[in-house]
Amino acid sequence: MTRGRWFSLLAALALAAALALLALPLLALLLQTSPAALGRSLGEPSARDALWLSLRTTTIALAVILAVGTPAAWLLATQRFRGRAVVVTLVELPLVLPPAVAGIALLATFGRDGLLGGAVDVVFTTPAVVIAVTFVAAPFYVRGAQAAFAAVDRTLLEASRTLGAGEARTFAAVAVPAALPGLVAGGALALGRALGEFGATLMFAGSLQGVTQTVPLAVYSRLATNFDEAVALSVVLVAASAAILAAVKLVRDAGG
Amino acid sequence: MQCLGIVVRQRVALAAVAAALAAGCGGAGADRPRLTISAAASLTEALTRCSQGFTPAEVRLSFAGSDELAAQIRQGARVDVFAAANTKLPDQLHAAGRVGRPRAFATNRLVLAVPSGSRIHAIGDLTRPGTSLVIGAAGVPVGDYTRAVLARVPAAQRRAILARVRSEEPDVKGVVGKLTQGAADAGFVYASDVTAADGRVRAIELPARLQPTVTYGAAVVTGSTHAALARRYLDGLVSGPCAAALRRAGFGPPGAAPRRAGRVATTGAAPGAPATR
Repeated sequence: MTRGRWFSLLAALALAAALALLALPLLALLLQTSPAALGRSLGEPSARDALWLSLRTTTIALAVILAVGTPAAWLLATQRFRGRAVVVTLVELPLVLPPAVAGIALLATFGRDGLLGGAVDVVFTTPAVVIAVTFVAAPFYVRGAQAAFAAVDRTLLEASRTLGAGEARTFAAVAVPAALPGLVAGGALALGRALGEFGATLMFAGSLQGVTQTVPLAVYSRLATNFDEAVALSVVLVAASAAILAAVKLVRDAGG
Repeated sequence: MQCLGIVVRQRVALAAVAAALAAGCGGAGADRPRLTISAAASLTEALTRCSQGFTPAEVRLSFAGSDELAAQIRQGARVDVFAAANTKLPDQLHAAGRVGRPRAFATNRLVLAVPSGSRIHAIGDLTRPGTSLVIGAAGVPVGDYTRAVLARVPAAQRRAILARVRSEEPDVKGVVGKLTQGAADAGFVYASDVTAADGRVRAIELPARLQPTVTYGAAVVTGSTHAALARRYLDGLVSGPCAAALRRAGFGPPGAAPRRAGRVATTGAAPGAPATR
């Protein structure tokens, strides 16, 4: 047996171990329920409220992230300016920030005693959920979009400008279409993160059915009182996350 | 080595890490067995203080809502002692064979907590427009006690108060946190939580006719690998260093709860919640 085959075997074992760790909990989750129980639990008003709220808040958050994040990422990808490294670090910080810290920071900003002096007291409201979700999810998109824009062929952009297109037209008609697969992938990752957001939401927006109790909060709150519903909502989150990842892969393959 | 390991949820994980570093916790006390205590969030300060003095074992404390801890034990969490903010959950686990016979070890009072400087002075003030009230979720002991209190106020006032609820927190520390952060105007918490909050919130006593019986129950978890030590820890909760720490923290001795209003069945548990799984 050669050294190379030894290593292949080792790598295969490592992959099997990783798969077991990652897939077993998901399998166990699915084994906790049946299609009938799933349907019954998801028909509960509290479950429907949570799903509807998560859908609304993540949609709004994603729209905001795309609208603001796309031009911001374009600027970061194409311009060199003083303090750019600091800006990039700030933008990416929520990626590694514990959600609980994000929650405190948002309270310190938008809370009644917060930095903004309570001018916008949104704590305990649905907009607070959108803010929390946007805060934690936006960096996933900006990072991906920045990389996608940076990878766009410079000569395409130069050609566009040479032909008389302004900066805005070059951005909209050349850069965005060229970077689209990367933008979609970044948006999907942000959406996945937004759907799963828990800590910052609980701290900043609280937990109230139909107002601020998104699916992850509902899972947590039902853990002890209605395990079936907690499992059913978890299964929905797993399915949604899997669909998002599959979509990213499809887009990447099509664009690559 | 006096080393206290603390397992907490994300919310206070940073504080726990800081505390562990401050305590100079390096390696585990290899020579001492490790005892894991799942305790109600309201016991955080008292048990953190007294468990360091429990020399026979290295005590690890896991604080959360009692209902969440009970769910973990139902799922087979390997802990040694379960200390809950009611007697219902230990009784249920005992009936399911998950814990030994529960013992009452402390009592508490429910109070209305408001930030210091608040203009709320009585439960009746909660109905004022714009008031934001935070309570425990149903199924969490503090949430069930709160619902028991509200069940005794006139229906119209109860509806008006419930209309002010802006968040239902997974444990009592979540309620206290919303008050100390200035996010909410009032919340129903235990008297001991106000003591623990160090002057940042003020307690408004409830009228005796509204006060529920808040009794804390603890039991040794079935299958504990250190059952004898777990029983010793439990003894210390009932009468010992931890009992003394509980009294200092504002808890009453077991059996001394205000019984004027009679026993409160902590209702609000989910109908049809499976006992196991």
